[in-house]
Amino acid sequence: MEFNAPATENLFDRAKLVGKSTPRIDGPLKVSGAAPYAAERHDVAAGQAYGWIVGAAIAKGRIRSMELGDARRAPGVIAIVAATEHEPVGTSPYNHAPLFGGRDIAHYHQAIAVVVAETFEQARAAASLIRTQYDAADGVHDLARVKGAAKIGTGFSGESMKDTLGDFDGAFGGAAVKIDATYTTPDEAHAMMEPFATIAAWEGDKLTVWTSNQMINWGKRALASILGIEADNVRVDSPYVGGGFGGKLFIRADAVMAALGAKAAKRPVKIAMQRPLMFNNSTHRPATIQRVRLGAGSDGRITAIAHECWSANITGEDGEHGTLQTPKLYTGANRLTASYVSQIDLPEGNAMRAPGEAPGHMALEVAMDELAEQAGIDPVELRILNDARGVVPGDPETKISDRHLARCLKEGAERFGWSERKAQPGQARNGRWLTGMGVAAGYRAGPTAKSAARVSLSADGKLKVETDMTDIGTGSYTIIAQTAAETMGLPLDSVTVELGDSNFPVSSGSGGQWGAASSTAGVYAACVNLRRMIGEKLGFDGDAADFQGGRATLDGQGWQITEAGALSADGEMTYGDFKSDYDVGTYAAHFAEVRVDAFTGEVHITRMLAVCDAGRILNPLSARSQVIGGMVMAAGATLMEDLHVDKRFGFFANHDLAGYEVPVHADIPHQECIFLDTLDPIVSPMKAKGVGELGICGPNAAVANAVYNATGVRVREYPITVDKYLDRLPALA
Amino acid sequence: MRSFTYERAKTAADAAKTVAETQGAKFIAGGTNLLDLMKIEVETPTHLVDVQDLGFDAIEETPEGGLRIGALVSNTALSAHPVVRRDYAVLTRAIQAGASGQLRNKATTGGNLLQRTRCAYFYDTNMPCNKRKPGDGCAALGGFSRQLGVIGISDACIATYPGDMAVALRVLDAVVETVKPDGTARAIPIADFHRLWGDTPQTETVLEPGELITAVVLPEPLGGQHFYQKVRDRRSYAFALVSVAAVIQADGTGRVAFGGVAPKPWRVEAADALLQQGASAVVAEAFADARPTEQNKFKIPLAERALAGILADARG
Repeated sequence: MEFNAPATENLFDRAKLVGKSTPRIDGPLKVSGAAPYAAERHDVAAGQAYGWIVGAAIAKGRIRSMELGDARRAPGVIAIVAATEHEPVGTSPYNHAPLFGGRDIAHYHQAIAVVVAETFEQARAAASLIRTQYDAADGVHDLARVKGAAKIGTGFSGESMKDTLGDFDGAFGGAAVKIDATYTTPDEAHAMMEPFATIAAWEGDKLTVWTSNQMINWGKRALASILGIEADNVRVDSPYVGGGFGGKLFIRADAVMAALGAKAAKRPVKIAMQRPLMFNNSTHRPATIQRVRLGAGSDGRITAIAHECWSANITGEDGEHGTLQTPKLYTGANRLTASYVSQIDLPEGNAMRAPGEAPGHMALEVAMDELAEQAGIDPVELRILNDARGVVPGDPETKISDRHLARCLKEGAERFGWSERKAQPGQARNGRWLTGMGVAAGYRAGPTAKSAARVSLSADGKLKVETDMTDIGTGSYTIIAQTAAETMGLPLDSVTVELGDSNFPVSSGSGGQWGAASSTAGVYAACVNLRRMIGEKLGFDGDAADFQGGRATLDGQGWQITEAGALSADGEMTYGDFKSDYDVGTYAAHFAEVRVDAFTGEVHITRMLAVCDAGRILNPLSARSQVIGGMVMAAGATLMEDLHVDKRFGFFANHDLAGYEVPVHADIPHQECIFLDTLDPIVSPMKAKGVGELGICGPNAAVANAVYNATGVRVREYPITVDKYLDRLPALA
Repeated sequence: MRSFTYERAKTAADAAKTVAETQGAKFIAGGTNLLDLMKIEVETPTHLVDVQDLGFDAIEETPEGGLRIGALVSNTALSAHPVVRRDYAVLTRAIQAGASGQLRNKATTGGNLLQRTRCAYFYDTNMPCNKRKPGDGCAALGGFSRQLGVIGISDACIATYPGDMAVALRVLDAVVETVKPDGTARAIPIADFHRLWGDTPQTETVLEPGELITAVVLPEPLGGQHFYQKVRDRRSYAFALVSVAAVIQADGTGRVAFGGVAPKPWRVEAADALLQQGASAVVAEAFADARPTEQNKFKIPLAERALAGILADARG
């Protein structure tokens, strides 16, 4: 089914299940421990041995030698696959750094061996007996040092990441109010709770990996490419994922080394990556340096807007494009956006929740706060004043699909009690606490991707949905069940959903907040085909009939759908060219209130609010979980998350969960999330957009702006930790 | 993790003797730090002597009007004890500022005194570390040192003692009671218990090989107002950037010790004497010999500001 024109009135506008808060259908399995995650799939293959990955001890160079004898003789060892005895594995379009690269070391903790043993403890103990000698090479590990050699980056679709409109320099030069500020964001880790984990088993030429992965079809093709085998010989299965945040978009070393280990051991092999390897062996969000220049009239109307971003990656490609939201958010006739990328010798940078936009808001939306203060305009008002209408400000050829940002800001300000905020910073004090409020707008694209599913109706009226879509903790199982039940006119508990298996039809997968809108549209397409098949069997037009309570009715006639017998239909939703005339985005207003200890500078968030405009919300309960989860991650990015680069040795030094701090419950006392009742007819027949990344676009800046409002101190180097501004806090009496 | 043998000790003297006489032996109680370090082979004991059956789990009043805390009393039980809460509140506050509820249930009073540093390079066996491997060098010098020590450190090691409980014990002038392998007991003032690193950062306390902690004794209560302020990057489950334990009397005199800054809880009696002059004078005296890195020099003004907050609260 092709979606080739804006959606008109359809069955989802009269929905009974879609759009209603619905507890996760997989929730009882998860809270009772009955949902098996990758490393817990003890039943899928008999005789599982345990693998332990050895990581390189240097950041760059070459392995001179590996002494493997002691490890091979250690108790329980079945096989060792070592870099000195094995050709480098192949590459895939999704992996930039080598996952098992022979003697050449491209980054710290690159996999150099897997030890397979009868028990986990034996594999771990034997791995420590491997003695590796290196010839270390010099590398460059400091973004500030490589920034000068940057080139213009390319975007997700290969487009140039530099755009100009009008005459920025002229307009900025003549602007009555100007901001020119530089912000830095650090490297960040996904730090998902479930580490990379895979069980791999070979049957002849056929490989199955039970793993934890967001994108099943990418994974299947990538693993085939990396191992040099046919994609048809690879099965990837990942029904439950314990957090991904972009870190599991790709095949990683756990799957590759489990496959190699299983081949060598002639046994199924299980690997769950040890936590200390999770930070340097994996991908991360690259650090950025961002310069924002805003010029406005004395009335606050923006006339000139420039946002430049510098980041770096191991290949010199695919940086962190912090400028992505800037063409979309605010009007202004004269513009420059550019994202530059350099080569750096650190582990691979790649997608992390709202890649580009999450750190991009931490610069642009703070610059807007600075502009508001300088222009003497309330920050909410400034954003409404410069809100875009009709077309994308940075790309006037492109229409905006559906946008209610101003409503988000107005409703949010009222709900949050914004009028209580003191315009002058550092003025509100309660005992030892300086208090403040901050606001930021949020933009995150609302993409869709083609997605397929199979629906099977049994003779007793039960419906099974199969698709290789993943549920990475997002609620996919539930919204897919809601969609299928709605379209087929069945009760929710008549629907079962099976996900994450590459034997199922190929879906959009989970990433870039495209999964919810795309995968449900694919399920809808399959259900439409099933309705037609039922209609053909029973002699009515399945498109025209009304499906309710297990019956189809049309023109006064009715049929039990089970009369058609057991039937199965595949369907796929694809998208027509008409969408390229539009920018489909999601919008939010984010508010934060903080208190700052006047003595120590410690920041405590006291309240957060997100007002979101993301079209139809398929399941407000799970959508809320997505948004508040993003807000937690945003709070972490603003206040604590920081992969500390050791610029001498070239690695992230704080590579465990004690060293890489993410927020705990005590950091997040109160969150509220409100969805506007909007519909976007351009996105899909569902008129629904994802929200998984909207929640991390803006709250970061709102917290930073609240810290400024509380203290009068602007920290432009994230995270905002006490060491960065203690000396600028108001003096103690 | 390396293979090891394991036994449960029956008496303290036997336990001490076994550990003294067995190459590579270590005591284990709650194991909250040791087991983590064994998994990454920072610790590689060949034999573990489990002391959990030895008793030492009571909190008793002493004839001198203080408290004797058995070495195996859990952090949870100690911090919740009504007399501790009433008379030694700085200790309750310090313990509850550390770790998590689950860890405090397992962690023991004796073991907590022996927890090892949280320096990132100590935890990464690919990196040089004089504490792990004497003579290996120190990767933290010139490296990621934001959390590390500013005073009492050496060219061999800039790590900190990371705990909270001991900082409060230092303010209270607690005494650590031990039994030696020959069966004799001794009492070690907390001030002398932890060593400065010097050239031997692998030796962290004055305990002799096999010497086992049996109790911690608190002198009679000090009165005054009790404070423990722990400044950290998140509100729970994080090690201190700086912590301050203080007991402040009505006349503004008192005692203060700092955590997260040195190889031991950092208390300078000459600085205590300046409390009536304010935080600036105290910190200037206590940190007169500080040698911070560029990354951690903020700890000194942070200590001053944290103490200033305490003194302001004490004034009410």
